[in-house]
Order: sequence, then C-alpha cells, then structure tokens
Amino acid sequence: MAQNVNFDLSHPAVEAGLESPADENVVHDSFSQLIAEQSQNEGLSDAIELQHLQGNPDDDEGRDNVAYLSPSENRGWRIGSDEAAEEDNETQTDSLLKDRWSSATLKILSSMPSRTIGRSRGAIISQYYNRTTELRRRTQKRASIKDFSRSARPSIRGYGVEVDTTDSAEKKQERLVKNLQDLSAVDRMRMLKEMPLNLSEKKDLRRLTLEMTKRTRSSSNLPCCSYLKFQIILALRHSWYSCLSFLHSLQLWQMPLKRVGGRFGSGVLSYFLFLKTLLFFNVFLFLVLGSFLVFPQAVYLPELPESRTPFTGLELLTGGGYFSNTLLYYGYYSNHTLPNCPKNNSTRPECDSRSLSYNMPLAYFFTIGLSFFITCIILVYSMSKSFGQSFRIDKSNGMLAMKVFCSWDFKVIKRSSVKLLSENICTQLKELLGDTHHRLVRNTILDKLIKLLIHGLSWTLCLGATAGCVAGIYCFSDYMHKKQESSENDSEDPGLLNEASLLALPVLVSFINLMLPILFQLTAWMEKYNSPSLRTFVSLSRNLILKVSVLGVLCFHWLKRVAGSANDDKTFKCWESFVGQDLYRFLVIDFIFSLLDTLFGELLWRLFSDKVLKRNRRPGFDIAKNVLDLIYGQTLAWLGLLFTPLLPAVQILKLLLLFYIKMSSVMMNCQAPSRPYRVSQMTTIFITLLCFPSFLGSSVCVTYTMWRLPSSGSCGPFRGNKTMIQAGKQRIAELVDENRSLSFLADAHTYLVENPLFLFVGAAIFLIVIYFQSQVVDGQRKIIALLQEQIENEGEDKKFLITRLQSVHERKRTPARNLTSQDSGC
Amino acid sequence: MGNKQTTFTEEQLEAYQDCTYFTRKEILSLHGRYRELAPHLVPLDYTNNPDIKVPMALIVTMPELKENPFRDRIVETFSEDGQGNMSFNDFVDMFSALCETAPRELKTIYAFKIYDFNRDNFICKEDLQKTLNKLTKGELTPEEVTLVCDKAIEEADLDADNKLSFSDFENMISKAPDFLSNFHVRI
Repeated sequence: MAQNVNFDLSHPAVEAGLESPADENVVHDSFSQLIAEQSQNEGLSDAIELQHLQGNPDDDEGRDNVAYLSPSENRGWRIGSDEAAEEDNETQTDSLLKDRWSSATLKILSSMPSRTIGRSRGAIISQYYNRTTELRRRTQKRASIKDFSRSARPSIRGYGVEVDTTDSAEKKQERLVKNLQDLSAVDRMRMLKEMPLNLSEKKDLRRLTLEMTKRTRSSSNLPCCSYLKFQIILALRHSWYSCLSFLHSLQLWQMPLKRVGGRFGSGVLSYFLFLKTLLFFNVFLFLVLGSFLVFPQAVYLPELPESRTPFTGLELLTGGGYFSNTLLYYGYYSNHTLPNCPKNNSTRPECDSRSLSYNMPLAYFFTIGLSFFITCIILVYSMSKSFGQSFRIDKSNGMLAMKVFCSWDFKVIKRSSVKLLSENICTQLKELLGDTHHRLVRNTILDKLIKLLIHGLSWTLCLGATAGCVAGIYCFSDYMHKKQESSENDSEDPGLLNEASLLALPVLVSFINLMLPILFQLTAWMEKYNSPSLRTFVSLSRNLILKVSVLGVLCFHWLKRVAGSANDDKTFKCWESFVGQDLYRFLVIDFIFSLLDTLFGELLWRLFSDKVLKRNRRPGFDIAKNVLDLIYGQTLAWLGLLFTPLLPAVQILKLLLLFYIKMSSVMMNCQAPSRPYRVSQMTTIFITLLCFPSFLGSSVCVTYTMWRLPSSGSCGPFRGNKTMIQAGKQRIAELVDENRSLSFLADAHTYLVENPLFLFVGAAIFLIVIYFQSQVVDGQRKIIALLQEQIENEGEDKKFLITRLQSVHERKRTPARNLTSQDSGC
Repeated sequence: MGNKQTTFTEEQLEAYQDCTYFTRKEILSLHGRYRELAPHLVPLDYTNNPDIKVPMALIVTMPELKENPFRDRIVETFSEDGQGNMSFNDFVDMFSALCETAPRELKTIYAFKIYDFNRDNFICKEDLQKTLNKLTKGELTPEEVTLVCDKAIEEADLDADNKLSFSDFENMISKAPDFLSNFHVRI
C-alpha cells in the first residue's frame, strides 16, 4: 500500500502541524497519538526511557526536554530553501548513518507503523481488524447501516471508510471481536489461525466471539430457516473435524518419513513423499476399477469352461499360465449385460427378474475413461499448485540473503546431518561470494572450444548409446514376436521354457534402464558445468530421453505389431490379454531390477567403500534417478490399465514393498546429500514429468487403442472385430433404443463431441485464456518494479524526515543547554 | 471419537482445533510430549488450565530442537515471557506455526522474530552476523562473514536504511520457494 506522500515543504498540512498524512486510511494510531501526546506535554522534562536502543551512548541526551518537538516548532522546517536543503541533505544523510539520534527521535522511530508489525499486540489487533473489515466488505454485499457506530460521519456511512480514531486497546479488541462474529465460521477460523498472537490471546478472542454470538442469537429472534442453517453448519463442521481426525490417524508412514527427513533433509524426503503420492493415485484407481469392473465380474462369473493350466510358481513372474484366464486380464470380462441370462434358459439363480443388470462393456468403457479423466484433473491441479508455489516472477537478485535466511532445513535432526548441512551452506555461501568476485575471469577461446567439444562428445555418446539400445530393443522384440508366433503356430503345449522366454524382453529393457544411466553418469564426470543445477538438468534430460524412447518403441511393438498380427485363429487370438500380460511382466521385472539396483548400487558399494577403499563417505542417494524410475513404473501401470484392470493392485504392492526396502537401504547405506538440492523446483519438475510425458503418453496410447485398433473377436468386453469406440457407440445406441428418455444423450454426443467445430472453438478459447494470463503476469512484473521504486523513494523520504527532526531538535536543545549551563554556572 | 481422555475438556480441545493447525489427536499427543519433558511438573489433567511453564533448558532437549542452531531463539520467540519458559499454549503455538499447513505469512512473521536477535524489530548487521555464525558454526572467516552480511543487506534492503525491516524480509522470502518446505518441523 505504498502511496506517494507529498513532501512539499510549503504544503499546508505540514504547516498546520505534524498530523498524519491526509490520505492514510489505515489505523496506525501510534504515530499520531504519540505526537499528540508530546504536544500536550510542554514544560515537562522527564527522562524518556528508550525501549530498544541500538547500543549508542546516550548519556548527555538522557534528559531531553520533550517540549522541543511540539508542533509549533515545526516552523523550523521551513528554514531550508531548496538550495540549502540540498546541502543539508548530504550531511544529514551521513549523520543518519552515524546513529546520533536523540532519545525522543528514537522513541518516535520505534513507534513508527512499519516497526510495530508483529511486535505490539495493539498493532496486530489493528491490522487484523482492518483485514476482517476488508473480508466482510468483500463477502457481504452491503453492510446494514445499524452496524456502523455512531461516531462515523453520516456522509460516509455505508462506504465502510474507517476513521482514524485513537481508541484504547479494549475498544480495538471489541471491534475486532465484533468483526469476527460477523464473518462466516470458516473465515473466522482462518483469521484466528493466521493471527500472529499468543495462543492464549487467540483463545480469549474466540471465547469473546462465541459469547457475543450466543448473546446476539438469543437476543434476536432468528427466523427458523437461518437457525436451521446454523445448526446444519455446526453439524457439518463437527463432522469435518472428525473426518480430518480420522484421516490424520491413518497417517501413513508418519514415523519413517520423520526419521528420513530428520536424517537426510527435505531432498530425500521428497522422493518418499512422491512415492506416497503415487501410492494414493493407485489406490484410487484400484478402488474405482475394483468396484465397477472387478467386483461385478467376480460376482457373476462367466461360464467359460476352458481348462485351467495348473499353478506353477512362474506365473507370479510371467503373469501367464494359471493367471491367463482370470480377472487379471481383459479377456476374462464378458461382453454381455450381467447376469448373462440366455432368454430361454433361466435355471441360473441370478436370472430372476428382480436381479440388477449391469452392462459390462459400457461399464468397462466408461470406467476406464472416467478414471483417466479424474487422474488427469488431479494431476493438473497438483501440478499447477506446485508450480504456483515454486515459480517466482522476479528472480533477479537476492541469492545471498535468501541463502542465509531460507536454506536452513529445520527438519534435520541428526547431529551428523546437521554438520553436513552447515558445511553445505558454507560451501554455497563461499561459492556465491566467489561468483561475485571472480565473474571477470574470462575463458580463452581455446578453453571455450575444448569445453564445447567435450560437451558435444558426451552428448553424442549418450544419444548414440540410447539410439543403439532402442534399435536393439526393436530388433529383439521383433525376433521374440516371430518366435512367439511360430511357437503358437506349431500348436504344441507351451512348456515352461517357452513361458520363461517371454521374460527375455522385460529383462533386456530393465537391464538397459539400469546400465545406461551409469554410462551417463560416467560421461558427466568428464564434463565441467558452470552450476550444479545445470548438471542436474542435463542428467535428468538424458535419462528422460532414454526412458521416453524405450517406452515409445515398446508401445510401437505392442500397438502395431502385436495388435496387428492378431487374428481369430491361434496366433494372438486375444492380443489385449497378451499385451496385459506383457505389461504385468514388465512391472514385476522392473521391481526386481530396482531391488538389484538397491542391493548393488547402495549396499555393496557402501561395503566396498568401507572395507576396500577405506573411505568415510557413503554413497549419496540419487534422487532424480530414483524418481524417474518411479515415473517409468507408473507409466507402465497407466498403459496397462485398459488391458489389465487389476494392475493398480500389483502397482500398490510394488510401491509398498519399494518404500520399505528403499527406506531401510537409505538409512543403512547412504549419507545426507553433500550438494545443494532445490526441493520445490525439483518437486515441480517431477510432477510435471509425471503429467506430461508419462500420463499424456499413456492416455494417448489408450485413446489410440480404443479409437483405431480392432478388438479381438473372441475375448473381452468388446468382442466383434470393431474398435472399442465403435462397439461402445453401438451399445449406447442399443441402450437409447431401449429407453427413449436417454435419447438426449445421443443427440448431445452427435452435436457436441463429434462436431469438429466445437472442439476448435474450445481449443481457441483455451489458448486465448492462456494468452491473457501471460499478459497479466507481464503486467504484474511491471507493477513490482514500480512498487520497488516507490519503496526506495519512501526510504529516502523517511531519511529526510528523520534528519530534519533531528536537526530541529538539536538546534532547539543547544540554546536551552547553554541557558541551563549558564544558570548552573551562575 | 469416543475416547475417554481426561486431559482436556471438549471445549478446550475445540478451542485448540479452531486456533491452531492441529487436530484433536495431534493436540493430545503434543500434550504427551510436553509432559515427557517434565513429568513431575506438568500435570496430566489440564481441565482447569494450570499455569505451568517448562523452562527453556528442558525444552531444547527435545530431539526436534536439540541440534537446531536457532533453538534458543525459537523457544524465546514463542514463549510469552520472552525468556524461553513455555506454557502448554506456547508449546502448541510453536509447533502449530512450524507445521506443514501453516501459511506463508505466519511463518514469515515468526521467522523474522526468530532472526531478530536483539528484538528491535529490525534485522541489523549484528543480527545477521549472529545468524550466519550459528548457521556455519564458525566455518567462515570473519572477513567472509562481514562480506556476506554486507552483501545480504545490500541485496535485500529496499528502503536503504542499512537494515532489514519486516517488509524487506517479507519481500526477500517471497522470492524463495524453498522457505515453506524448509521452515517446517515435524512433530
């Protein structure tokens, strides 16, 4: 709220007296009250006790005469003409920095509004009174006139202008309580919680507010509907509290997370929190799919009499065999309305006319679509929230001050980690200091060229390795596919070896995922980066390129090759189930390789470095790599949702086990990070990666499957060699035929969803909104720059005032002192 | 939730829930932690609001605060008498302000109070030097400390009075996205 206060020396307000500036509408009564006090205290000569002195000797000024600050003396302000004022300014600005202020000046200074924020109770209450008034003004359209006190001038009644009154503390508190009472319960609680007062004072305010509410309620006759509304709100609040308590008592993994945070800080903790978030996503998916797909199908078992292969242990890995014709896969789900009652045979107990019917194909279609849609909304919401927290418009300078005040992680508890953290901060501060000093060091052209060459070489190496591995996966998957086809065409019983050979592709892919990041790290060692964040970004992007290309080639393999080679005889007669099994295998093998990686990367490396290399440093926990692995696993889970409705359950199990294994490994084998880690920024990046390549890619694949690929003819809810969308439309058409009332849905679908104009208009509106928002951000940036300039100007004004005050005071004091010394001398 | 605790009355618990960022269960567990610090001093029954204060020397032995370089300042800031002797209200207030759901403005106000060692409502150069020494535990040379303090004040001080007022501090903190996640103590 910086306002340009006019400091023209001949301004009538200055002549009239040291009143508060005319356009101040904030209740800061401390300043004007103090001046009013002092103008009344003429002739008193008490020693003024300073509250918080800056350690300056003050003996000779201890017995100041306050009178010399009376308003009538400010004629001295008009002494300076402009030229003299200029000269005075220089010397007086210097004297400002020398802190040679009188006690009276210091007392005034210490009571200035900007210095009482958060300190005195009166100031906090005033501030919150204003905030609650503002809130009331915003939430209520027009305050009723009887709410205004009579002291408000009649002409401004109804405008809510607050008059700068000099009320006592009790009066202020009363007004605040009254304001609080008028707010809604939610706003009131929020205001109470946000006040930086003592808890006992907050409880007093609350008690007073509740008492006042009771009094007004009992005194006035509320109409019965608002009383009912009040009761409903109370009941809702009570149930909301009990719900919150219940959720908090569930508090998954509270103690382990606290231990990890206490020992390793926020960076490593963010990995485990990310894991927890993924777990909740999967639990949600499991609940939705389980209740709408798995449960009805499990209750009404299909009458498939196919023989089941006996259970061998290999199924847990391959997902085939015993598992192949179960609820786990797409092929098991029926394509009829459950219960499946043939019209003439009604011996089945479920086929009563009273039993509920459940249209499985439609349910499948809509459940998958709905779960993807809700996941999309949750992801975009959390991404935008995280982005909003970590994006800063004006990041130009201030790094050193930020480092001093914001870099201490209050979560860290363990002594050794605390020591590491302070060393870390020390290093960062030294680097920042060194930056500012040695920015002038210039690299020669040769140095730059060599650096460029090394960077180019390492990028070529990494990209080349990625391309080579991806080509390898492509060829190998082709080979395995042909082998699979030929073995099925041979129509012999698939032996265990054949089943096990299905694991070859997942093992190869996981092996590549394990080994190639090590290569990337080795190449990163030989490069030299200007800043550690650049290094992190480069390694993150390399790993990301690897994972995206691997997933891309796998999707191609599944959606083009496997689906393309499906036909109704033996070969891949149920290609969706096959893809589902493949994804199951990938998920399980990925988990096994994470275990191996933890074992070798962390445990054995620690033992090696302890016993053989005899170093005291344990390996650090590579947060970025582990998070990318989690995102990769989640992408596989999302891809497989259409083909394997129970895949979220597998992913839940995997995440639970991974949590405990990683937790114990980190506690045993790793040490706190020795490099700085920007938590908010990295968390935003990870959530963005989860949303954009991961979720978007999997939803594109699923959409493509539903839209373009013909479903297999003999299994699953969409039998019939049409695409799933066509089958779904057919079902809906049948449904609409049966109930005429749903015809509006079909019409809406034809005119809205299938009409390209609608989509174009929607996309255009979306883009326009984004453009407007970016213009708003630009405008805000300009306003921030303007406001900063104004704050600097205000600072200059303040300095000017203080030095003038001081000079007037000294000028008046010196003759008086001469007088008194003469008196005492005589 | 149907448990027969006798530590607080229902109104007291509701008051705590309304004025802090804790739920009922957390408040009860906080009382347990508070009692652990001085079991002979703190009664089990708080229904009549006993006026008990646990001295600072006991509070800073809590594992959450023990290794924190600013533990003394934190306890002093939240105690009502300014000396570090905390009543249960102060104790709950402290952990509520430092918890995850506390808003940024509240944390900024308390962070400012914590870093303001001489309590003059400004972070002057001496305050900054003390902060730095506590952060780095004497690893920096005195020249480096002075240099860092000068540069930090130069960067953050907007109204050019050579020290950081609350608005300067708030402006600087608003540019630091990590502040919220760092200024957080899990209890």
